[in-house]
Amino acid sequence: MKRLVLTLLAAVLLGLHQGFWMRDAARPLFFGFLPVALAYHGLLTIAAAGFLTLCVKLAWPAHLDERGRSPSESRTSGGEGLPR
Amino acid sequence: MIEAVVVFFYLAIVLYIGIFAFRRGTRTGEDYFLANRSLGSVVFLLSLFGTNMTSVTILGSSGRAFRDGIGVYGLMASSSAIVIPLTIFLAGTRIWAHGKRFGHKTPVQFFRDRWEAGAIGTFIFALQAVLLVPYIVVGVKGGGETLFAISGGSIPRWFGGGIVASVVMGYVFFGGMRGTAWVNSFQTLLFLSFGFAAVLVIGNGMGGFSSAVERMLADPHLAPLLTLERMNPYVSFSFLFIPLSAIAFPHIGIFCLTARRMSSFRSTVIFYPLCILAIWMPCVFLGALSAGEPAVASAVEAGGDSDQVMIILLKTHAPRWLAGILGAGIMAAVMATDSQILALSTMFTEDVFAYHGGRSRFGERAQVLTGRMFVLGVTAVAFIVGITTTQQIFDIAVKYAFTGYAALSPLVFAAVFWKRSTKYGAFAGALTVAAGVACVAWLESAYTVPGIVWQWKDVPLVVRTPSGAALYKGILPVVPLTLLSSLAVVCGSLLTRPPSSATLDRYFPPPVRPLESLEVR
Repeated sequence: MKRLVLTLLAAVLLGLHQGFWMRDAARPLFFGFLPVALAYHGLLTIAAAGFLTLCVKLAWPAHLDERGRSPSESRTSGGEGLPR
Repeated sequence: MIEAVVVFFYLAIVLYIGIFAFRRGTRTGEDYFLANRSLGSVVFLLSLFGTNMTSVTILGSSGRAFRDGIGVYGLMASSSAIVIPLTIFLAGTRIWAHGKRFGHKTPVQFFRDRWEAGAIGTFIFALQAVLLVPYIVVGVKGGGETLFAISGGSIPRWFGGGIVASVVMGYVFFGGMRGTAWVNSFQTLLFLSFGFAAVLVIGNGMGGFSSAVERMLADPHLAPLLTLERMNPYVSFSFLFIPLSAIAFPHIGIFCLTARRMSSFRSTVIFYPLCILAIWMPCVFLGALSAGEPAVASAVEAGGDSDQVMIILLKTHAPRWLAGILGAGIMAAVMATDSQILALSTMFTEDVFAYHGGRSRFGERAQVLTGRMFVLGVTAVAFIVGITTTQQIFDIAVKYAFTGYAALSPLVFAAVFWKRSTKYGAFAGALTVAAGVACVAWLESAYTVPGIVWQWKDVPLVVRTPSGAALYKGILPVVPLTLLSSLAVVCGSLLTRPPSSATLDRYFPPPVRPLESLEVR
């Protein structure tokens, strides 16, 4: 369920990125100088940070941490042990 | 000339950091190429971000915003803010875990081990190397242009490019990955702090951002630059694919291997978009506003190169000492080419020299020495190409490096997530990318005049644009190339035998069953 919600959120962010409905608009100016399209994409960037925080909180692959900490099973040190 | 002196002082500091890292090193391959996999959260975030913050970010983005307006932020920045940290979260963490467990030092080592691939790994190495060189060229070229502009033309481009190449070569040669990570962290901090000062000073020099924006909006020729009007929606859609290149770039893959713990990825994933906002937003905004500055517009018209607008703005509005410091900040971004040079060197020594028995025959010290010699060679080649090319920074990077690596990203995701993927699937994907990039390069050299290359029933399907090649309604080659590469990986894998179960069990270990669920016989 968590993964589905996060996947949907990612799709929504990517959809919002296109922002085609405000192509010709410069106003309103945010803070008196920032054109609306640039402010919109700035907010989208902040929303991306929020989305990624959710990913880290809800879907952190903790099992990989254990895997990385396990004793090395190097077959590749220097590459010589790799299949030829 | 004060500005140039400040920049030279900055270059000396950077060189010293590299030499200081050399003294801290332990002379082993793991230490030189991966900083002993010991980077903590802060250095990992700053250096990974610094690695992605190249001359494209500062010079290319502001130059393109000067021509096309604020939509450039949406093209490269907000799309990157979503896609790059997401790919690091999904694939980077897994590359780190496999690398730490199995001792990989390069993405190709991972591919070879994961897919039981020998010669195919060599092919992927060659393709990655060919695609990475343009990105390195971008850095050297940007360095030459920065020093040329900062010194008011008294330092020629070739000489400036040579100085930048020598400094980068120096600290990568001595400091290896530790030196590169420290320099990148220093550069990112420098740019974040002085970039803010630049925005305030330039805004003040323009008479305040509000009045500068109002002046532009009153001019019908300039007003569209403050909207998305000049952004083709199909191009905008295409640019969603470009940030996929980040996870496939070998220097990013190798950087993922340098983290001490997986927790280092947490802050990187969360703060990456905010770093993008802090750097790209001012660059794009100032680039667009500079079109309304008569001094900048006339200088660009005279010189014909919009990539210099940020530097011209600094020289016009900032006091000379501050322009020097901010110029050093720009130089910091330009010099992000260091990790690409180190990545190429790591790949050569690990994927070619060590793989073919060089390390077992000549020892680890010889391997590190080979890596250092490779750094010299690559930098020299990048310098020569950089001073002889005339295309704009942004276009060189996007056409070859970004497009090619974005199309290689399906290989990374297949290796990490898809158990059924095979070496022949990877080969099919890599071959598709090689053929596609060669096709784009051929098309651009064969059709130099913008116009329709191929149409069907009066619908233009392939078009030569002033900056490169495009498909139907402006879709960039990166879109079909990434989709075709994905298809090739899937088809090639399904038609061939998967790796042995021993290998698959190592990379996709079966879930451990709790003891109580086991039946007692």
